[in-house]
Amino acid sequence: MPGKLKVKIVAGRHLPVMDRASDLTDAFVEVKFGNTTFKTDVYLKSLNPQWNSEWFKFEVDDEDLQDEPLQITVLDHDTYSANDAIGKVYIDIDPLLYSEAATVISGWFPIYDTIHGIRGEINVVVKVDLFNDLNRFRQSSCGVKFFCTTSIPKCYRAVIIHGFVEELVVNEDPEYQWIDRIRTPRASNEARQRLISLMSGELQRKIGLKVLEMRGNAVVGYLQCFDLEGESGLVVRAIGTACTLDKLSSPAAFLPACNSPSKEMKELPFNEDPNPNTHSSGPSTPLKNQTYSFSPSKSYSRQSSSSDTDLSLTPKTAPYPQGRRIFLCPRSPSLSCGSLHLKKSCLLLSESSLTPHHSSLVSPVLRKSVSFSEELFLAASGMGSGSAGKEGGPFKALLRQQTQSALEQREFPFFTLTAFPPGFLVHVGGVVSARSVKLLDRIHNPDEPETRDAWWAEIRQEIKSHAKALGCHAVVGYSESTSICEEVCILSASGTAAVLNPRFLQDGTVEGCLEQRIEENLPAGCGFCHIPYDELNMPFPAHLTYCYNCRKQKVPDVLFTTIDLPTDATVVGKGCLIQARLCRLKKKAQAEANATAISNLLPFMEYEVHTQLMNKLKLKGMNALFGLRIQITVGENMLMGLASATAVYLAALPMPGGIQIAGKTPSDGSYEQHISHMQKKISDTIAKNKELYEINPPEISEEIIGSPIPEPKQRSRLLRSQSESSDEVTELDLSHGKKDAFVLEIDDTDAMEDVHSLLTDVPPPSGFYSCNTEIMPGINNWTSEIQMFTSVRVIRLSSLNLTNQALNKNFNDLCENLLKSLYFKLRSMIPCCLCHVNFTVSLPEDELIQVTVTAVAITFDKNQALQTTKTHIEKSLQRASTDNEELLQFPLELCSDSLPSHPFPPAKEHLESARSNSGIPAAQRATSVDYSSFADRCSSWIELIKLKAQTIRRGSIKTTVTVEKASPMGEGNFRNRSAPPCANSTVGVVKMTPLSFIPGAKITKYLGIINMFFIRETTSLREEGGVSGFLHAFIAEVFAMVRAHVAALGGNAVVSYIMKQCVFMENPNKNQAQCLINVSGDAVIFVRESELEVISTQQPTANCQQSCAGGEVTT
Amino acid sequence: MTSELDIFVGNTTLIDEEVYRLWLDGYSVSDAVALRVRAGILEQTGATAAVLQSDTMDHYRTFHMLERLLHAPPKLLHQLVFQIPPSRQALLIERYYAFDEAFVREVLGKKLSKGTKKDLDDISAKTGITLKSCRRQFDNFKRVFKVVEEMRGSLADNIQQHFLFSDRLARDYAAIVFFANNRFETAKKKLQYLSFGDFAFCAELMIQNWTLGAVDSQVDDMDMDLDKEFLQDLKELKVLVADKDLLDLHKSLVCTALRGKLGVFSEMEANFKNLSRGLVNVAAKLTHNKDVRDLFVDLVEKFVEPCRSDHWPLGDVRLFLNQYSVTVHSLDGFRHQALWDRYMDTLRGCLLRLYHD
Repeated sequence: MPGKLKVKIVAGRHLPVMDRASDLTDAFVEVKFGNTTFKTDVYLKSLNPQWNSEWFKFEVDDEDLQDEPLQITVLDHDTYSANDAIGKVYIDIDPLLYSEAATVISGWFPIYDTIHGIRGEINVVVKVDLFNDLNRFRQSSCGVKFFCTTSIPKCYRAVIIHGFVEELVVNEDPEYQWIDRIRTPRASNEARQRLISLMSGELQRKIGLKVLEMRGNAVVGYLQCFDLEGESGLVVRAIGTACTLDKLSSPAAFLPACNSPSKEMKELPFNEDPNPNTHSSGPSTPLKNQTYSFSPSKSYSRQSSSSDTDLSLTPKTAPYPQGRRIFLCPRSPSLSCGSLHLKKSCLLLSESSLTPHHSSLVSPVLRKSVSFSEELFLAASGMGSGSAGKEGGPFKALLRQQTQSALEQREFPFFTLTAFPPGFLVHVGGVVSARSVKLLDRIHNPDEPETRDAWWAEIRQEIKSHAKALGCHAVVGYSESTSICEEVCILSASGTAAVLNPRFLQDGTVEGCLEQRIEENLPAGCGFCHIPYDELNMPFPAHLTYCYNCRKQKVPDVLFTTIDLPTDATVVGKGCLIQARLCRLKKKAQAEANATAISNLLPFMEYEVHTQLMNKLKLKGMNALFGLRIQITVGENMLMGLASATAVYLAALPMPGGIQIAGKTPSDGSYEQHISHMQKKISDTIAKNKELYEINPPEISEEIIGSPIPEPKQRSRLLRSQSESSDEVTELDLSHGKKDAFVLEIDDTDAMEDVHSLLTDVPPPSGFYSCNTEIMPGINNWTSEIQMFTSVRVIRLSSLNLTNQALNKNFNDLCENLLKSLYFKLRSMIPCCLCHVNFTVSLPEDELIQVTVTAVAITFDKNQALQTTKTHIEKSLQRASTDNEELLQFPLELCSDSLPSHPFPPAKEHLESARSNSGIPAAQRATSVDYSSFADRCSSWIELIKLKAQTIRRGSIKTTVTVEKASPMGEGNFRNRSAPPCANSTVGVVKMTPLSFIPGAKITKYLGIINMFFIRETTSLREEGGVSGFLHAFIAEVFAMVRAHVAALGGNAVVSYIMKQCVFMENPNKNQAQCLINVSGDAVIFVRESELEVISTQQPTANCQQSCAGGEVTT
Repeated sequence: MTSELDIFVGNTTLIDEEVYRLWLDGYSVSDAVALRVRAGILEQTGATAAVLQSDTMDHYRTFHMLERLLHAPPKLLHQLVFQIPPSRQALLIERYYAFDEAFVREVLGKKLSKGTKKDLDDISAKTGITLKSCRRQFDNFKRVFKVVEEMRGSLADNIQQHFLFSDRLARDYAAIVFFANNRFETAKKKLQYLSFGDFAFCAELMIQNWTLGAVDSQVDDMDMDLDKEFLQDLKELKVLVADKDLLDLHKSLVCTALRGKLGVFSEMEANFKNLSRGLVNVAAKLTHNKDVRDLFVDLVEKFVEPCRSDHWPLGDVRLFLNQYSVTVHSLDGFRHQALWDRYMDTLRGCLLRLYHD
């Protein structure tokens, strides 16, 4: 069914001069959607044309509405020769396709040209009339909301979290070798921009269809990526988490008809998932004629419930013959845990598999089972599996059964979310990751991207089996990435194995879940740390202790996760950013040889990265990592590994031991001295760090509680080589406290380097904190000043005699210097915290390393920090006070441990939150008021100038009047002046942040997803200030275009902003460069809390409704 | 390991006032880094020289990109590329168009032409201001001049409208444009003791009273050019010194009024005719462009210097000038009272400002 798209071109401004003779431009506009084009009249001789066009109307299918971008081209009319293009604007009209988002797109858009950058602006108004479509076999998925945010968006409530959705589309890249083609780079880059715009629209539509099939209405944690595979094509892929969201303004859970569970669903047994993820997209989807599923296999035999209901037996949603399905049977022996040693030999490198096999199950060209490295890293970090089987009791077992069965009906029980509604996360197992090296081949038929699909399916299977090995049935904080160099591609996926509360995954309401929580009486703040795996069945050594919080369940000694710190977690002190950096040289090679070399290196890289992470974690005196992201980048002659995470001290986990250094040759006196010197330095650093991050866990120890905590006697030992010398180790007992220490054995210079590099990491200057999670653990009094930034650095390595050590040092210095520069640049914001620090490494050329960092600096109130007590309840209340709706959403949850038996009326909650609100000192309020609205200040500033002008004028009149003579001007003879050229309003401020929230403000409305792709090229690199000048200008322009689109949607901020790609290529000899940037985020309207206060004090109980209503009015 | 590319882009454009000043002062990146190091920033922040270098480069690049917009400040307000808080925008504009006293004294009243621009290296050598900074300041003057010349309306208002200056800066620029347009001589040795402020003060008075705009707000260039008709009329004032009776009467009236009130009464009495002749002749000569240019030279020669040599206190000068211009109203034979006031009110203000050491 069609929709009607209406476009009006209002005016242009600041256009470039296109006619040198007159210094003016004869501009007109082409408006194109699909295959229809309209033109405006030519507005002669003006740099500020006023077209004021009629409404151009496009009658189109909603499928097209989703896929196609609106293309607006501004041209200069030329009577004699071809019209010159000034530039283009692509407008994604998707936000207009769902009811709750924007209703109109209207505003000034920068006119963008791939060569010249931004060339003036154009004012456009876009509207869509959409007719309701009830056709169930439709190809469009209008109405499904998309969010980049990796948590439940602030003004929504999750009714059901359905699970993983993924899709990918492929196409030929219109231009991959831009420099050497005959076609002008400009033409091909424009074609590329258009194509990617189209592909992402198509992708989003297809994902939407899957969501509708799952009976969801939204995708949260939507992550879309491009793989520029060069000759083999262009892949656009996306993953996300399907949810049924409910707008909080309507508490009486309103569900669209299609979302309410149907009758037969209700008849299903309690533990059945009513929303099976069938991954089908209807019979008429040409692009998806294959569905992967898994057959129940050995690896799932542990579960006891009847989960053998086959997915394909749900004919309602998958009404096609079963014969078309392809069951991807997991090679269970190789995927199941414990087969660590066998796997090394399971490298499949068959000649036949080098050519793509359609519908082949073992299509990977070259496949090194990365589970090897995976298990290695589990072992190394000691965070991995184990078992806690005994405790928990029958209820837990039952819970597990339910959840498991609910989840195992899904192909992939993955969630791209990193923060969850309270109670969602039951236990966390640890990080699971899988990598695989592939040789890219030409995509022969873009309509059948099954090779790429199969690759990913395989990796996901592996992740799933890893999670299972950790006793978990789900993976949260899941993400996928690729690194491509020539024809080799590393696919990576990682996530955190977890046990989830089944209630959220079914049609159970939140209330139900909360009841269950009370029943369970789970100790909040430590529950997620408890091991989900079986103590008796540990595949590798790890030591467990009883939880330091509840003393009932076992916890590991360290915990690595890819998610954000759960809100109810009890943390001691503050957290900090930890990075592991690593380079490995690799011989240049072709195709298979290259792929083999890479896959041989991978496990060692993973191992090294984890060793580094572990050492640095110990050095900080902390015991858990959140937001762990390991990036392995492949280049021509090297591999780079960069892991970033936020370290914290979880009160529930045991106090980490220190680091011990063990020398190899104790006979040598001076060597010994050196060792003990190093040891002292390390111990000092640990002590210093503990002080710096305020880690002083309460000494509630064994004595007081008298719980039977087994004093662990054995040491966790990290052995660098085969040679072991346990005797020497015990002699050198400089362990930290009574806890067992972590031993670093120095047996070669390599290890020495490592220890040195441990100590070279300098902490941020005082007043600065940094983390790569959403917020900094231990800081909860943010003030409203935020500064999002992107910083890019490229270094050229001296090509002579590159060694691994030199390379490591260079890379380490690069990252450290970059961080130092950031601290220096942002010093005026102190005290502040760099949040969501996101490093991306790429190797654009042989000797070049590029590091891109995007983060946000947020100020906080230092004094407040000292006053805030750090108990769990208060903290959650604090957090809640910044998100009132969250508080309404899970009222019981927040106070469940303070008053577990007493159901809280929401009103009381509000009193509490009001109290914690009023605890904020006046100073903080003042700042938030001060910054309340830049736009206002902006306009008032202009007012001021006008006012001043006015007074001057009056002043001068007065003096002239004093002249008696001849002055013919009387009282009324005012000086008439031409209208001021800059009378109209200035540009409104749009905030950008990689976080899902804005400190000191409340998001009242989500306007839609922003997903933009730009290419910029130049053939006059030197003239534009060299590579730095070129990229600086381009990134500034990208920010500007994002802001302009948000402003046109009526928004004043972008949250969950991410720069997914920044591919920079240069050719200085030809004076050329080119850069591709892909960014995304959620456009929102926010209201300052200071502005909201008035409302909330008037009507505390209806606060949420008020503010949501307010959202429609503001800006 | 060499850094090929090193950039930092904030959603809100970071402006470091200190670096901005160094950039405006025309220092190269390396000089700026050295100056920042000398200012002790490394000790304060614990940063390394490399960090400082990178930071300075980055700011310089940003300023370079902003410079194009600063040439037309309203563009800075409307552009979308750099998100800058309004207060910072104002600061950027104000500082960019700020000028050095030493520099402006060198070019005040000169034609803002290529020729003058060629002399900038001399000025740079003389004043110790970098050539780069001299060029910026010169170009600023010229840019403002070009935009507001031939424009209708108040000069200061126009400047403020088109360049979004603060009040004070707009008035200074009005003075610079006014002086450049009328080419007043300010470089003579005699005039060296005068500051830019002195001239700007006089310019404002002259713009208010002696230009076309003072009588008619509907003409182009109204604040730029002096009222030709008025200057022609000033010849009529000659009678005050040409007519001996009138001059004597004027003198006696002034002397009567000031007797006992003036510390330098006898000197005044002795010099009255010379002074009066000087002031009236200045007026009468203003018909010629050449003499208009020498206005300040003449005023200093004919009035300021004689008084100064007799050590008149400023208070006495004020008393004298007030009495001198007021008494003319009592001269029955003199018919050009309004003309006299238009001339003398302004001149009195100027003279009082010019009268110092």
